[in-house]
Amino acid sequence: MRVGRVVPEFLVTTPEGVPLPFTVASAGDRMLAIALDLLAIVLGSIATWVVCLAAMIGGARGLGLTLGLLTTFALRNAYFIVCEARWGGRTIGKRVAGLRVIARDGGPLTAEAVLARNLTRELEVFLPLAVLLLGRSLAPSLPGWALLLATLWLFVFALLPLASRERLRCGDLVAGTLVVRSPAAVLLPDLAAAAGPLPDLAAAPWPASFAGSWKAPGAARAAGPAAAQEEEIAFTREQLDIYGIHELQVLEELLRQESAGAISYDVIEEVSAKIKAKIGWAAGGRQVPTVPFLRAFYRAQRARLEQKLLFGERQERKRDPGRRG
Amino acid sequence: MPEVTLKSARFRAEREASWRELERLVGAFEARGPRSLSAAELNRLPALYRGVVSSLSVARAISLDKNLLAYLTALAGRAYLCVYGSKRRAGEAIADFFRRGFPRAVRRHAAPVAVAMGLMLLGMATGYRLTVADPERYYDLVDSRLAAGRDPAASTAELRAALYGGQDFGNDLLGAFSAFLATHNAQIGILCFALGAAAGAPVVYLLFENGLMLGAMGALYGSRGLGAEFWAWALPHGVTELTAVALCGAAGLSLGGALLFPGRHTRLQALASRGREAALLVAGAVAMLFVAAVIEGVFRQRVHDPAWRWLVAAASLGLWIWYFLFAGRAAAWPESAAAPAAALGSWAAGAGG
Repeated sequence: MRVGRVVPEFLVTTPEGVPLPFTVASAGDRMLAIALDLLAIVLGSIATWVVCLAAMIGGARGLGLTLGLLTTFALRNAYFIVCEARWGGRTIGKRVAGLRVIARDGGPLTAEAVLARNLTRELEVFLPLAVLLLGRSLAPSLPGWALLLATLWLFVFALLPLASRERLRCGDLVAGTLVVRSPAAVLLPDLAAAAGPLPDLAAAPWPASFAGSWKAPGAARAAGPAAAQEEEIAFTREQLDIYGIHELQVLEELLRQESAGAISYDVIEEVSAKIKAKIGWAAGGRQVPTVPFLRAFYRAQRARLEQKLLFGERQERKRDPGRRG
Repeated sequence: MPEVTLKSARFRAEREASWRELERLVGAFEARGPRSLSAAELNRLPALYRGVVSSLSVARAISLDKNLLAYLTALAGRAYLCVYGSKRRAGEAIADFFRRGFPRAVRRHAAPVAVAMGLMLLGMATGYRLTVADPERYYDLVDSRLAAGRDPAASTAELRAALYGGQDFGNDLLGAFSAFLATHNAQIGILCFALGAAAGAPVVYLLFENGLMLGAMGALYGSRGLGAEFWAWALPHGVTELTAVALCGAAGLSLGGALLFPGRHTRLQALASRGREAALLVAGAVAMLFVAAVIEGVFRQRVHDPAWRWLVAAASLGLWIWYFLFAGRAAAWPESAAAPAAALGSWAAGAGG
């Protein structure tokens, strides 16, 4: 089975001493977030100046100008700081992109860190933007090569995140922070839960496809033939010693996709046939449906591997019974 | 094979209710902040968090259910960010910053602050001496746009008028003038800090150049017998403004120092720890620049008596010296970091009261 691109992770050790992996935010997500935030700043500034110009035309010349200058300054410099300090490291753009800022040392995200990482934006974002948009008019007396050099130098900072695995920008380096994906995961039903309905099954209704192809293990006990069939399926120890944790979890993924109706039946048939061939499974004249067979195999395989785990043996990959036993 | 109930499945059945409860609390916390939870819920949060962290440790040891492991990892991460990720309320933090945090940060940076001030004074002395020796150098030292006609070609009367100018602003625009000065200077101060990440070299140049210009101008006015009046014009806001610029420069130098001389730490560690400290200097300096701008934009435009101008300069100098040397020495730091229960307790008090 094809293994996807490896997602860079960052291990934070909590004060309890437990390492927690966080997924490092991708450059694309970061770009989306900053684009949205800059858009918010620009729109905010435009709105401010519309109001202030109206006030100035209306007679409050000094007041309008003062408020306009101060608000634009605040938007440009304080927007990121206030958002990140208030919302636990999330700006509007980061919220939309599903990102947040954390401290690399595992401690809380302090106000100092938020200040430090955002004060450097002047160098990374606003200066390169100004050079791009205004160019020559910024420094009319500068020779062309010097302007080019300055521009290149600025872009070294703007593109710094691409240089590190953790996508650290200059501000992250200065503040000791890191931008990660906001962790999110849904707890799905336990594929190996055989006995009695679990306390919260009612809260997590089975997907519709379950009803068609297969019954929930908990409900199946009362359902008769399917459950009876599954209980009849037994595997020998030799059969269960072939596959490892990796294959077990690939099978878990497959079964979960099946129960969500997100995979074609042919694939399941093919996998089932492969497993049967590999472990030398003899049907013994009985007709066992594919999905119940795979579920039974998953449960037995997980039981075996977890048992080994308790005895300190972690079998990551399958063994080839023909070659090395 | 007999009907087996996996240990990992039983483990999950026993703990799942508390995970779901934590998930609900964390969801509310993330969407609407700590205030959306009741005092009792806030008190439960750290306990549930520790529960899920221990569940995660157990699950890593006994379970091979990939979805369960991913779920617990994410839930522990989310809860961790709720429990440890946030800080005191903003108002408290700001008050504490000006009472204690800022002057302490300045004292901790005594060396870079001294270097930054030294560079600026050196620039001033250099600019002064160069211009006294050869008035033509003034044109090289002071940007013509900045000089705005205040150059050796101007008559003494014109130079004097510049010191007492400002009548051309309507009174209603004084505030706007201050706002312009404050935002402009603060932006340069922030840039000074940011440039520090580029090993500090540009900061040294900026500080020195700033001094050069001021020194050259002082020499020009001095040559016309307007020296005392010039400094009476420059210093009332200059004391505050130049100190703030020196603080921003010191922050930049400290960053540069971390890159060049990381000491016992790795460069990344040194940069991270110094960067956070130095950011405090910049935040305080930005506030100082706003004060300076009000003095420059309002006081200097209204008050033209050199005696008053000298008085304000001296008073602000005394005030800053006192502030940076003595403010915030007595009281201890409030326990800020790594006390989730206390932090959550204060929210609980806030939510309850």
